[in-house]
Amino acid sequence: MEAFLHQVLAGLANGAVYASLALALVMIYQSTHHINFAQGEMAMFSTYLAWAMINAGVPYWLAFVSTVLASFVIGVVIERAVIRRVANAPVLTVVVVFIALLVIFNSVAGWIFSYTIKVFPSPFPSQPLFGPYISTHEAGVVGISVLVLTLLYLFFRFTPLGLAMRATAENPVSARLAGIRVGWMLALGWGLAAAIGAVAGMMIASIVYLDPNMLSGVLLYAIAAALLGGIDNPFGAVVGGLAIGVLENLMGAYVVGTELKLTVALAVIIGVLIFRPTGLFGRAFVTRV
Amino acid sequence: MRGMEADRARWILIAVVVVAACALPFVVSSYRVFQFNLVLVYSIVLIGLNLLTGFNGQISLGHGAFYAIGAYVAAILMHHAGVPYWATVPAAGLTCFVAGCLFGLPALRLHGHYLALATFALGVAMPQILKYQGLEHWTGGVQGIVISKPKPPLGLPLTQDQWLYLFTLAIALLMFWIAWNLLRGRIGRAMVAIRDHPIAAEAMGINVAAVKTLTFGVSALYAGVGGALGAVVVQFVAPDSFVALLSISFLIGIVIGGLASISGAIYGALFIQFVPNIADQISRAAPWAVYGLFLLAFVFLMPTGVAGFLRLAWARLTARRAAAGGPIREPR
Repeated sequence: MEAFLHQVLAGLANGAVYASLALALVMIYQSTHHINFAQGEMAMFSTYLAWAMINAGVPYWLAFVSTVLASFVIGVVIERAVIRRVANAPVLTVVVVFIALLVIFNSVAGWIFSYTIKVFPSPFPSQPLFGPYISTHEAGVVGISVLVLTLLYLFFRFTPLGLAMRATAENPVSARLAGIRVGWMLALGWGLAAAIGAVAGMMIASIVYLDPNMLSGVLLYAIAAALLGGIDNPFGAVVGGLAIGVLENLMGAYVVGTELKLTVALAVIIGVLIFRPTGLFGRAFVTRV
Repeated sequence: MRGMEADRARWILIAVVVVAACALPFVVSSYRVFQFNLVLVYSIVLIGLNLLTGFNGQISLGHGAFYAIGAYVAAILMHHAGVPYWATVPAAGLTCFVAGCLFGLPALRLHGHYLALATFALGVAMPQILKYQGLEHWTGGVQGIVISKPKPPLGLPLTQDQWLYLFTLAIALLMFWIAWNLLRGRIGRAMVAIRDHPIAAEAMGINVAAVKTLTFGVSALYAGVGGALGAVVVQFVAPDSFVALLSISFLIGIVIGGLASISGAIYGALFIQFVPNIADQISRAAPWAVYGLFLLAFVFLMPTGVAGFLRLAWARLTARRAAAGGPIREPR
């Protein structure tokens, strides 16, 4: 029973990271209807920025905040410089642009910071504060994810800017007529997504070590989480992320072993999607004939 | 009159390309022959993927998995059962057709990104399944299977690479011809109608579920034929040759080559075979960054793929000639 509890809690901690990255994906999906395959690599690159700052002697939280801000700017710049040009292109063309960004970020990170794995510090104390089943860092990861989700909710629900962004996502043409600068709202969405991704990257880096391929696997889980929860629902992304974290850990520990756990977890997700094609909390498609 | 002229120009062009392709192995080095052989293999896979994604609108990020199944069927038949290499190609195609239809059934329920995830999961899972210990007797586990290169038949004065290239070329031409015939008939129109408007297609009396499932099967068949030929060409199959990146390369291939275009498969295959090498030569430190820049450049400069770009360029050229009053005729 204790081992089971430990597996579940560790799964929740992993799941919290998947949920953060999934949240970043949902952010971009809601405003542009694209799934950003480069999200993981952008987050990885941000984490390297934080690592470089911490290595240069900057205190952790200062580095954390500067990284989030820098990632926000990178996200905005990418939207304005690259994504805008393919705004009206077919979906698959956009997918190829995302793949291009993915390999560019991956390769540039490896080039600047080398491919050797690096230890990324955790801001949380190493002695367990929350009982024997979960480390303080894991608890901290869950806490930070919940904090990010709450902040996002408050931002979208109670600020004029959040309202403008929601309006843009809902109906860009009407939003423009109401005087909202639609182009900038999309860029802001990218910035926010990059910032959220950076938080997720810094959280997971202290669990899995930092290297350029750190988030390629995590991104797959994040996409799965976003789809499982319903791609247009931020709350669903978080539930999906946590569910996948726990499912993966339990499958690995009790059913098939670590070798096939990814395969089985994916098979389960697809099984769920076949019965609920729009995800657990997604809205159903309505097509005008 | 113009239409017939354009038609004749096209047939002449095709004939020139085929003759050039036949002459190719006799003028370049043996390593280049090997590389062009892989281009042919990839082009077969890309037509299959284009049937599914370009013409039928079902996104697949998992065609590497069907390619892997084809390769393994060929390798296992040759290694364990001593089947000759040419007989493994139809066997691999049929196996993949069945696998594709089986995967196409659940895929009917999924659209867009959800289908992309499901197929990508297949691509990611395939290396793990191939490494699975229960299958190790057949698949050779992580080590994979080594197969021998076939000799040219009837004592023809060809090297093994040249013979294999011509063999692959013949199959590639057959597969192109089948795809071309399939697309200009009733089934091809049904496929495109489903892509453009599934509900209207259904109202027109098209059996959407059957056409979509069969398209998945045929597309997997192409990938399987490509996989079997690829295994014979490379003489080796192992789980790590079929990582998810391969599936993504195939998708890149059809987008760069030109979605919903048959000739696009050739341009796409050339891209995925040669551009990584070129990128590697430009920058040893960050080859993938260069590759990414190439991708961005192609997408920005040719948004409809190489095939679309060439079609547009051709149309511009002929339009200008027509505007200038066409070729000057001798007065009677």
